[in-house]
Amino acid sequence: MFQETQQNIKHKKTERLFRILFLMMVLLLITPVLMILGTLIVKGGPAISLEFLFTNPTNGMTEGGLFPALLGTIWLVVVALLASVPLGIAAALYLSEYAPDNWLTRAINLAIVNLAGVPSIVHALFGVGAFVIFFDFGTSILAASLTLAVMTLPVVIVATRESLQAVPQAFREACWNMGATRWQTIRRVVLPNAISGILTGIILEVSRTAGETAPIMFTGAAFYLPFLPESVFDQTMALALHLFVVATQVPNVPPSMPYGVALVLISIVLLFNAMSITFRMYLRGQKKW
Amino acid sequence: MTSNGSNENKIAIKTRNMNLWYGSFQALFDINLDVKEGMITSLIGPSGCGKTTLLRSYNRINERLGYVRIDGSIKMFGKNIYDDDVEISQLRQQVGMVFQRPNPLPLSIRDNILFAWNIHTEKENRISRSEQEDLIEKSLREVVLWDKVKDKLNSKATFLSLEEQQKLCIARLLPVKPKILLMDEPCSALDPKGTEAVEELIWRLRGEYTILIVTHNMAQARRASEECVFMLMGKMIEHDRTEKVFETPEQQETSDYIAGRYG
Repeated sequence: MFQETQQNIKHKKTERLFRILFLMMVLLLITPVLMILGTLIVKGGPAISLEFLFTNPTNGMTEGGLFPALLGTIWLVVVALLASVPLGIAAALYLSEYAPDNWLTRAINLAIVNLAGVPSIVHALFGVGAFVIFFDFGTSILAASLTLAVMTLPVVIVATRESLQAVPQAFREACWNMGATRWQTIRRVVLPNAISGILTGIILEVSRTAGETAPIMFTGAAFYLPFLPESVFDQTMALALHLFVVATQVPNVPPSMPYGVALVLISIVLLFNAMSITFRMYLRGQKKW
Repeated sequence: MTSNGSNENKIAIKTRNMNLWYGSFQALFDINLDVKEGMITSLIGPSGCGKTTLLRSYNRINERLGYVRIDGSIKMFGKNIYDDDVEISQLRQQVGMVFQRPNPLPLSIRDNILFAWNIHTEKENRISRSEQEDLIEKSLREVVLWDKVKDKLNSKATFLSLEEQQKLCIARLLPVKPKILLMDEPCSALDPKGTEAVEELIWRLRGEYTILIVTHNMAQARRASEECVFMLMGKMIEHDRTEKVFETPEQQETSDYIAGRYG
């Protein structure tokens, strides 16, 4: 009794085979990530210094730092979030909590998901037409941020909607049956329980916003500016575009500089992701049902 | 047997010629039902017979589905709750609902008790902190939960046992002084001990509240209700005192169901 049969041995072999196969895939996938990070740290690390982070580029952008681009990226991200977060959450709340489940709602949901797949260069051209020309914001932080906001809106909406729908329906039923309105239900029960997921979605969006180049190239980001932006109607430099510029457009740049810029950009993104994960873990610990 | 003699003949809910459709499917046929004030009335019948649908028409929660159509009338204390001037939030204050699965909100025990009360009390009428504490204590005492939870009012209600959660779900309706309590199989998620405790509680609440309870459990209907309504395929077959329905039913369908021949 309980002896191993030929069949068992065969099953175990297959089991081992698949396990190793899937593991190889994972290793294959993380190799490029590690190689990129490694290259950036080895080649860009020496370029990083306080001076590099906090001074202007000098000598035809072949020396000095990237401070205007760093500051510009922060401007762009913050203004884009100010536009996309309230709009996106409001739209998601309507779609998830108010809209009847009919063909129109489903069509809108489908359209939003598809909108997330529109190439960023198309958003860029839309931004030029809508914000730079039609609304006459000119090439400015405002136009560039709004373009980024339009680009990230679908993802904010989808992430928010999914977090809202992860809140058990029984809670809503309980509220409605006690005479609560939809808004009272949202404010007291649904949002507090969905907020960790919503924030994670938003913070992950920050990384995408910070890294995009095409949408800001024609709408507000400049090749080089001798001054820092003072309002949303100014143009600005931005890290992603700065990387493109020092890597391909300017002659005689020391080789460590583009790596340094890329390292700063990636560090910002990783920093945001780490923040989002920590924050989510904190909020998850708070909620239990 | 009746807890309050003066209520004996008063009718809390008068349902007349009521039909209900989900889209083109008719779920309820010509329901005429008088529910007596202060009594426990049980609704029994096989799955899909419309007992839960009927229960849900009494606080108008069916309407959120959008494709529900109702005709006939449901008068509560003389007022048709389907009249245009009825405010749903007010109706649901007067008519509380308890669900099959206990569904306390993911808030503290204290906030669960005060939730409905907060919704239905104007800001300027909010009472002081200590009076709120009294209200919480009174509600929890009424459901025999106070001694168990008095030291952890600030912890999450979702950590309580199912039996305690269900008691809490009843307790949270009480601060807004409902007249009618609707219960949709309130014990079916509980173990036998929990079932007994919650049944006992429901029995204690009769007299003060008019209770309408949907149940799958024959024994429960028999021991925990004063009147009993038997439904079959969207129609009301029989309504009488519980002993009468179980011992000498008028209709063949009722006796078949009670004898366990279907359902």
